[in-house]
Amino acid sequence: MQPTGPEGSVTSDMPEKGPHAQEPRKLEARLTDADRLYRAFVASGAGATLVLITLIGVFLLIGALPALRTAGLSFLTTQPWAPDGQPPKFGVAAMMFGTFVSAAVAMVITVPVAVCTSLFINEYAPRSLRRGLTSLVDLMAAIPSLIFAIWGLFLLVPLLQPIEDWAVAQFGGWMPLMEASATGGSLFNAGLIIACMAIPITTSIIREVLAQAPRHECEGALALGGTRWGMITAVILPFGRSGIVGGSMLGLGRALGETLAATLILSIAFEIKPRILENGGITVASGIAIEFRDAQELGLSALMAAGLALFLVTFAINFLAALVANRSRPGAGA
Amino acid sequence: MTAPETKALPSTSGTGERRPDTDAGAGPPRKVPPRRRPRAWRWTDMMETAGSLVAAFFLTWLLFTRLLPFRVMPVAFAVVWYALFLPIHWLVTKDGQGRPAAKDRLVTVLIGTGAMFAFAPIVFVIGYVGYRGLKVLRPNFFTETMQIVGPLSKATEGGALHSIIGTLEQLALATAIAVPLGVLTAVYLSEIQGPLARPVRLVADAMTALPSIVAGLFVYSLLIKPHLWLQSGILGSLALAILMLPTVTITAEQVLRVVPGSLREAALALGAPYWRSVLLVVLPTARAGLATAVILGMARVVGETAPVLMTTGGTTVLNTNPFSGHQDNLPLFVFTQIRSSQETQVERAWGGALILLVVVLLLFVLARIAGSAGSGRRRARFPGRGGQRRGR
Amino acid sequence: MTVPDVQHTRPMPEADARPAGGVLEGVDVSCWFGSRKVLEGVGIKMDAGVVTALIGPSGCGKSTFLRTLNRMHELVPIATLAGSVLLDGDDIYGAGLRLTEVRRRIGMVFQKPNPFPAMTIADNVAAGLKLTGTKVRDRDELIEASLRRAGLWNEVRNRLDAPAGGLSGGQQQRLCIARSLAVSPDVLLMDEPCSALDPTSTRRIEETILELKDQVTIVIVTHNMQQAQRVSQHCAFFLAAENEPGRVVEQGPTEQIFSDPEDPRTADYVNGRFG
Repeated sequence: MQPTGPEGSVTSDMPEKGPHAQEPRKLEARLTDADRLYRAFVASGAGATLVLITLIGVFLLIGALPALRTAGLSFLTTQPWAPDGQPPKFGVAAMMFGTFVSAAVAMVITVPVAVCTSLFINEYAPRSLRRGLTSLVDLMAAIPSLIFAIWGLFLLVPLLQPIEDWAVAQFGGWMPLMEASATGGSLFNAGLIIACMAIPITTSIIREVLAQAPRHECEGALALGGTRWGMITAVILPFGRSGIVGGSMLGLGRALGETLAATLILSIAFEIKPRILENGGITVASGIAIEFRDAQELGLSALMAAGLALFLVTFAINFLAALVANRSRPGAGA
Repeated sequence: MTAPETKALPSTSGTGERRPDTDAGAGPPRKVPPRRRPRAWRWTDMMETAGSLVAAFFLTWLLFTRLLPFRVMPVAFAVVWYALFLPIHWLVTKDGQGRPAAKDRLVTVLIGTGAMFAFAPIVFVIGYVGYRGLKVLRPNFFTETMQIVGPLSKATEGGALHSIIGTLEQLALATAIAVPLGVLTAVYLSEIQGPLARPVRLVADAMTALPSIVAGLFVYSLLIKPHLWLQSGILGSLALAILMLPTVTITAEQVLRVVPGSLREAALALGAPYWRSVLLVVLPTARAGLATAVILGMARVVGETAPVLMTTGGTTVLNTNPFSGHQDNLPLFVFTQIRSSQETQVERAWGGALILLVVVLLLFVLARIAGSAGSGRRRARFPGRGGQRRGR
Repeated sequence: MTVPDVQHTRPMPEADARPAGGVLEGVDVSCWFGSRKVLEGVGIKMDAGVVTALIGPSGCGKSTFLRTLNRMHELVPIATLAGSVLLDGDDIYGAGLRLTEVRRRIGMVFQKPNPFPAMTIADNVAAGLKLTGTKVRDRDELIEASLRRAGLWNEVRNRLDAPAGGLSGGQQQRLCIARSLAVSPDVLLMDEPCSALDPTSTRRIEETILELKDQVTIVIVTHNMQQAQRVSQHCAFFLAAENEPGRVVEQGPTEQIFSDPEDPRTADYVNGRFG
């Protein structure tokens, strides 16, 4: 790229006749010194963020290495947690199972409720209530999980326990997985509480996506004489499908990382228990919260390995959510 | 084009709100026809619904008292009642108005029910926490600590001063760490868009998935376990800041991106260097959104228990120095008290929970106010005299 | 009319003095966006005391050319250019002039009014001073003078502390003009300043332009033939053939361009036969 000086060219009113083999000139002094300083300063801030965040991942990985080396592949299949024992015996199988089961219970409740609530706020609620309900959902999303957890522990679980006992008594004999020697501190109940926390955040995201459904198409559907439900199935749900998936995934990420509900509700048991109404279970997050105090050298490393595993799972889910959400384009999908 | 469109022009959007009598105010008093409010439902619809409800109720009653061997439980009764109501309602509307209408009606009921399940917890949570919290909250709750409180003390004795102070200090420190860094990163992402932008955005996105307990574990195993720094408030702030940073960065970037490019161009066209245009035009224009982002970030971490559980240590005495010595905070206070076997301790936990709830509510309201104050600052237009400047 | 001194400013002209403002000259300017050439070999001299209008159909490169005149063109990351732009004989792209100095001396008014929404009316006028770090003796006086020059003073004198967003579109555009004038530019570039405004506001802006033309060199891009005739004395007609960069087909005194153009394409365009 060669700079072309003004001396190299001639002004002409009829330029199409002149020869024009110009090259773009290189510009100088785009930035003042102060601007260079500003750029360097801001870039260093961004760099610090990058370094800090990367450091966490790297540090977790390094910290987890001794435990992973000790346990090998059995880390994924072992249920008990005794990393500081002789010989050390530990793995994330029970924790992961508990995490996934409680999250699954939570999502089975969360997704339909969140979709219903979003549709209710956007399409069914009176106009005057809409803003208030939206704020309420956003507010709910801000309430600390601790409060949901103690509320569940003291109000919801005692309330549900007789019903669960009744269900176990009625169905326990002949339906698989419904037996339980004792109820209350079960993965099901933990999942239920987690659902209460996940519903607001999921609703808030889904509602926002569904609200962006093209109004003229909705009105088109209504103008054809369709019912409200007809409009929802024809326009809004197809439009918001990926938003629903994305929002649910984010809710799932929240549910997987939830610590308090599981710590307070579950009767701790490091084993895989398919009978979800029965007491006992553990999740990764609550396992870390409970075990860290007594953890020795290898124990801490094992906890970091568990934390890393959890992080990888939540990261993968977030990533998928972003992928799905980005694919959503108005009018796409039938 | 014209910014005041929204308030100057009569609303052209919400077509439903225009009323026939709005422009009659100025004219001579004439007979205004009664205002009609179109309704989507009719009285017969109500009757159908009510009838279905009654029919389902008696059917359920019949089932439970005469036909089934189940013990009668109110909850089960309600569930069966609801389950029977749906098909009855469907059949009734289908008979009267045809299949699509029946389906629509059925779905309306289902969606309403679903929404109820979402809104019920909030009412019950706030109500229950308020009820139990108010029982123990006395003024001394804000002035005393748990230092001299024994297992036999009454629930109204002692207080959470040490936890409140701890929460405030830790929150302030976490904000002081996360917000400048986050906003700086956001400025980089949106205004400079340099080569670091892609990796930074990638890791920030990834870190929003970081479970809060893992942030605590990170600080614990990096600093506390190797005895580099003992458990203290600042370490709790660090863990909270790690949780805040990606959220603040991403929200702030979104807020900055909304600032119209024409404003940046206008600033640059006046001869401003980049840094001044960002500092004096872009950031002030986005300040409402930035404030909202910051406050919501604070609301998000103020109730986080898992990370502070591992990092601040927890204590029953007042420690105003966040940099050394164990420090308590509200979530930790609630968590330790609620797990106690003493009834009075548990009672006290609800007091802490109520305060925490109020703090979150306050932050939320603050965020709303900051957000709505943003677009077009509405200040009292006072009739100043020509050329005189005020309010500087 | 009194205009206070600002750093770097030459004294303001008396009523009968030679017109103030800088002489701007584009010399053989070509522009690219990436590898696409959008403008080729444009040379226009924009004299002080003369309003120069750039006309032509959409997409012919007039706005691009205008943006090269105060180095706004390079804000687009893939934009490049060749040739040079001389302000009173100095190349604004050369090493001698600082970028920010160039933009301060060559102001710009945009198509859509863009007052800073976070500032009051007065702060908006004085924004350029703050943004360039310029100190003035009497800020209030400068604000008043700038607003007077833009013809907005009487409308806003009682609400200088009100947010700028509360003004009408035409008032906002004149506020933007006042904002540009407050840093005492030598040249004022206007990129279709009236295209977003109603006819009344348009007329007010045109009056403002005519009042300003002896104080500052004005270059205006417009789609409105009548406007070009009303406000400008010099006129350049841009045209771009399909898939070719834009060029200046013809330029000269406005009267001649509109009454007796040399090029048939110019005649077609100014008589509304295409474009």
